[in-house]
Amino acid sequence: MATVLSNERLTASVFRLAIEGSFHGEPGQFYMLRSWDKSPLLSRPISIHDLTSTAITFLIRLHGEGTRLLSRLTSGDQVTLYGPYGNGFPKPGGNVALVGGGMGIAPLLFSAKRFPFSKVFLGFSGEPFAVASYQALHGDVVFQSGGTILDAIDLNSFDKIYACGPLPMMAELRRRTAETAAQLYVSIEKRMACGIGICNGCTINVGTGNHKACTVGPVFPAEEVDFDELLEL
Amino acid sequence: MNCLSSELAGVKLRNPILMASGTFGFATPVAKLYPLDKLGGVVTKGLTATPRSGNKGTRLCETPSGLMNSIGLENPGIPRFLSSELDEMTRLDTNIIINLGGSSIQEYEKGAAMIEEACKQRKSDGKRSADLLELNISCPNVKEGGMLFGLTAGQAREVVRVVRQTTSLPLLVKLSPNAQDLVRIAEMCETEGADGVSLVNTFQAMAIDIHARKSVFRHGYAGLSGPAIKPIALRMVHQVTKAVTIPVVGMGGISSASDILEFIMAGAAAVQIGTYNFMNIMAGASLADELQTLMKQEGISSLQEVRGIV
Repeated sequence: MATVLSNERLTASVFRLAIEGSFHGEPGQFYMLRSWDKSPLLSRPISIHDLTSTAITFLIRLHGEGTRLLSRLTSGDQVTLYGPYGNGFPKPGGNVALVGGGMGIAPLLFSAKRFPFSKVFLGFSGEPFAVASYQALHGDVVFQSGGTILDAIDLNSFDKIYACGPLPMMAELRRRTAETAAQLYVSIEKRMACGIGICNGCTINVGTGNHKACTVGPVFPAEEVDFDELLEL
Repeated sequence: MNCLSSELAGVKLRNPILMASGTFGFATPVAKLYPLDKLGGVVTKGLTATPRSGNKGTRLCETPSGLMNSIGLENPGIPRFLSSELDEMTRLDTNIIINLGGSSIQEYEKGAAMIEEACKQRKSDGKRSADLLELNISCPNVKEGGMLFGLTAGQAREVVRVVRQTTSLPLLVKLSPNAQDLVRIAEMCETEGADGVSLVNTFQAMAIDIHARKSVFRHGYAGLSGPAIKPIALRMVHQVTKAVTIPVVGMGGISSASDILEFIMAGAAAVQIGTYNFMNIMAGASLADELQTLMKQEGISSLQEVRGIV
């Protein structure tokens, strides 16, 4: 059990939940969160948005019952969280772009903090959120609302690109980087029950066979991911 | 004597709490979270003679107090399991139950034979082996899947007979609540020499994505588990325990010590915990202690005292 420090509404549907404690983790890893007993049944896998020596922060979008309950937490409330789980973004080398779309920006703040020489691209279909926290940390933040953020990126100028966002955005980024030298890594979101590799609910088929998004991912080299299959869901 | 100690088909259990197939992987990830000597035993993910990649598309969907799954028996295949995972599992201080799946009589027979051979070999090498075999004739999520065998007594008889002839391990048969006549199938399992039955597997269920105007699951239907099914599972366990003399392992939505006592009072020799593992990944760390405390409160000195009392 851990204690909520603050819970801040950023837009009608996005909130930032800070929890007190000395947690650990790497950019792209996630925790399983719950603030309820038995209903809803499952904990919610949420990526690390920020991490300091005294608190961990999650950027969360209201989606269903679980996130609704998390959104109602206030300072002093109790949360159960297990983690960190999964494999995050690899240690960068060379020029790195962090590309987030919508809620996919969530894991990139902590990434930008850990990879200070990266360049940050944030795309939103509607009202932007949380951009100030990226700007406070990092001089090099490009953001836009509407259109595609991918048009703002000179894909030939990066050695590594770490992306998280809607599947169509990541699939398009994969298509656009196929002929470049940039290595693209994508964070894939899947429904999962356990977070530790025992339920087989989050399996995705990558080039090397079946892998669990929770233990092998959620970050995968994009060339291994079958976007067509994922988009069919 | 420990008031929780139990016995299942000749196998001594530290307590009646087993972890259900498909909700505990091959146990080792959980062994990093808490010592598995808190458990009576663990059942492996369902295994088939050859590897299976499982179902495509959405595999999980929550319902009020329930969880639907359509994993599709994804597993590394029995040979891989026997050469790697089993070895790791035998280092754990708890009983090991191998869950065997299949989609044809031949596949079940082949799988059972591979397990039999490996277990015999391990024994002759002086190594620990599996303690029980749980035959899954009830997976609802595989095309031409195991459940086909679990729906009618005639089909079930054939596969139970073949596996019984092939394995020397104590044999449990895991039954489907979707069967036409569950009691009759349980009776048939006893006639064919099964050492016990376990029930229930998941209930066939459905969810529709109204935006896409199609089923959430590619296979159309999925299996429902969790607290939502507990009252029905309990009734089925009660009916079966009254009809057979072999031990019955009860399961279906158990999420507390009190739920465990209900199944024991309905006649179960032991219980399996499934979906509750996903509600509380540490469930197994404290359930046995909670059961002991509850029994003390209720003035129950041994499980035997109340087993089948209702």
